Formats: sequence, C-alpha cells, structure tokens
Amino acid sequence: MLPELDEQIIRERIAKRIAMEFNDGDVVNLGIGIPTLASEYIPENIQVIFQAENGAIKIGPAPAVPDLKCIGAGGRIISLLPGGSFFASDTSFGLIRGGHVNATVLGALEVDQNGDLANWMVPGKSVPGMGGAMDLVVGAKRVYVAMTHVTKKGAPKILKKCTLPLTAVGVVTMIVTEFAVFEMWNGKLVLTEIAPEVTVDQIREHTEAEFMLADEVIPMKGVEVA
Amino acid sequence: MRRSIIKPVVSAEEAVKSVKKGATIMVGGFNYGGIPYTLVDALLEQGTDELTMIANDTAYVDVGHGKLVAQGRVKKVIASHVGLNKKTGEFYHSGQMELELYPQGTFVEKIRAAGYGLGGFLTPTGVGTVVEEGKQVLEVNGRKYILELPMRADVALVRAYKADRMGNLIYRGTNQNFNPAMATAADIVIAEVDAVVDVGELDPNTIVTQGILVDMLVVKGGSYYASRT
Repeated sequence: MLPELDEQIIRERIAKRIAMEFNDGDVVNLGIGIPTLASEYIPENIQVIFQAENGAIKIGPAPAVPDLKCIGAGGRIISLLPGGSFFASDTSFGLIRGGHVNATVLGALEVDQNGDLANWMVPGKSVPGMGGAMDLVVGAKRVYVAMTHVTKKGAPKILKKCTLPLTAVGVVTMIVTEFAVFEMWNGKLVLTEIAPEVTVDQIREHTEAEFMLADEVIPMKGVEVA
Repeated sequence: MRRSIIKPVVSAEEAVKSVKKGATIMVGGFNYGGIPYTLVDALLEQGTDELTMIANDTAYVDVGHGKLVAQGRVKKVIASHVGLNKKTGEFYHSGQMELELYPQGTFVEKIRAAGYGLGGFLTPTGVGTVVEEGKQVLEVNGRKYILELPMRADVALVRAYKADRMGNLIYRGTNQNFNPAMATAADIVIAEVDAVVDVGELDPNTIVTQGILVDMLVVKGGSYYASRT
C-alpha cells in the first residue's frame, strides 16, 4: 500500500515540485486544479510569463477591484501585469501551436510509458471535451503532468498503454505525483525522484508502466523531511 | 443580404428574428466571458429550436447559451469543451442531442478558415487520437497533420465592447475570445455591445472587427451577466 497523505499536502507538493522546472522567462500555461497552484511557488529569482488560452498573456492575480471582463481559462478573475496583452482565441492558439509556449502543466487520467496521455473523456461516463488540452500538449515545448499517483480506488494511472481516448501521443516531458517524479528520456520513462514516505519497490508496485531508474534516484525535490 | 454602411441599432428581440428554426448559429464566449447574453436570452424567449449551435463551450445550465441547450432548443452542439453544463452531457448520452467536439485551436481555426476564404488547414493537433477519425491525415516534411475543413454559420451572435454606427467593433479584456473569428464566418452577424458611438469616435488603431462584417447592433441589456461582464 502507498501511504495516505493529506489532500492539501499532495496538492502543494506536486505544485511546488513542478514550479521548480520553470526557467527565467518561460512562457507557461497552467491547467485548472493543481497546475494553477504551481503559480504560487515560483522561485523568487525567476520570472515566468503566464498565458491563458482564452486570450491573455502575462496574467496575474485578481486585482483589488475585479473586472469580470478579464478572466482566466478556469473562469477566475485575473489581472494583466505590465507588458501583458489581451487577444482573440485564434491568436492564442497560434501562440500555442506555433511553439511559442515553453511549458504547459495539466492533469491526466492516465499517462503511459510512451509519453501518451489521456485526460479528456471517459467513454460512456463523461465527455467534458478536450478544450485546449490537445493543442497545448502538441504545441508547448515541455509538457508536465501533475496528478496523483493512483486513482481514488488505488489503481495505477501510469500505465504500459493508456486505455482511455488519448489527448496526444508521445508528448509528455515529466510526470509529477505526490510520491515520484518520472521523466521521458529519449522515449523511455525514467524514475528520477521519490518521496521520503516510499521506496522504489512501492513505486514499482503501484506503477503499471515499465520504467528505468535514473543513475541516482534522488529524494523528491522540495519535500521537507519530517 | 446587402449590408448598409450605417448599421441598424435594434432591440435584441428584433435582431434574433433572423435566427430561424433549424438554423446553424455561432455564439461567442469562453466560460462566462464574452457571451452575447442579451441576444441569447432573446433567442430563448423567441422559442426557436432545432438549432445547430457552434460555440466553444455550452456555458452553464443556467448561464448564457447554456440555457438554449438545457431547454432543449439545440439539436447539435459543435464545441471544444462542454463539461461545465451537465445537460449537454446528459442530452448527448440519452441520444436526444448530437455533439461534435474539436480541440479548441482547431475549433477557432475552422471558423477563421471559413471567414478567411480558405479551403481548410493542416494541424498537428489530434494526430493519433479519435480526432483524426474520418479525416485525411497528410504527411508534410516528415510530420503528420490532420486536414480540417472550414466551418460557417447562418447567423453569428457576437459580443464586443463598443461599436460605432458602421459596426466597427472594439473588445475589452478576455471578452474577445471567439467573437472576432465568428464575425467573419456567418451570413448574418449580430453584435451585442456595451455602447454604440458615432462614426469616427473609435480609434481606428484599436478596431478589431471591421464594420463591413457586421449587420446589426444591439446594446446589451441589464441581466445579471450582461451588466457585469
């Protein structure tokens, strides 16, 4: 069994770890949920430009006087920081598909050892639609998946092959869960970091995908050991 | 229909008379932003049904054009995301409404292609997924692309910030979203705006939608969302 962690700790841990991946000047698109939380953990010495696919770049937190004509992709009220701009959806997806976004962070239902991911529908159950996710993962230079290691029922989400309809093929750069960090290296899935509560064997037990171990699997960055 | 230079400023009720039973309509908006709320409410009131609705999303059950879906006026939705309106999924699963989904960038580009006179475009988005089913996949310079075709409508309901009497439109904040593209790709374009000003009052450097694309202007009403967004 994997240890049970508090929901809040899971969210913060994943968001914080992903925020460490941003470089100064990166243009970043964050999905809703845990990905959005990553914006709160940007290291002080770097500046990141956040883009919202509904048509804004260099977005910031809600201003003191909220303007409902300025919202983010998740519907939250936003502000524009100096140097930002608003634009139409066709321009926005031009920026995304055109490779002008450095990193995108999003949740997933399943990811597999080929770097495929599925996050937009469960046949017969829910068809929310792909929204901008398919364009984002194809267009962004780096794709970060932020998700819990297993489903609520304890089933692995990192699989040999995705079973749900795909969002895209072979696009994932890094997977961050509450217990581990995996990276795609030359098309192979590699375990690079693990959380203090778990062993590599436990990760293996709860990960269906075949993966290699990094030369040194290090403690998950940003996790404070109690 | 020949467009006059000076555009009529009409009531929402008058404007939506151009939407007939079974029409294909485009509705601007993303989530609750940039929706032509007053036009959508008038269309709901008018009772027109059997609509094919092209909109990025279906808003919420009780918000904007989400109400057209929830009240059974729509026979087919063409969108990129419908997860926030539970009736869309319910009607789709029960078989009483068709649903066609496109990745958001493809969705807007299909509209833009129609408005810009293109026969289609090639996009890498969706390659290797169900999105490519039934479509041509072409390989160009070693990369696979899906051929996506243009998409247009009988009537586009768009939302802008201000119009001049010629129908030139400026937008505000993230309310632009799909509105400028939709204004290029329908036989009749109705723009709902916060205010209409005289010709010459808008800075030509800030005009996004050219007045020649717009047929009718409607000043937004005082509903909860129309007045706040």
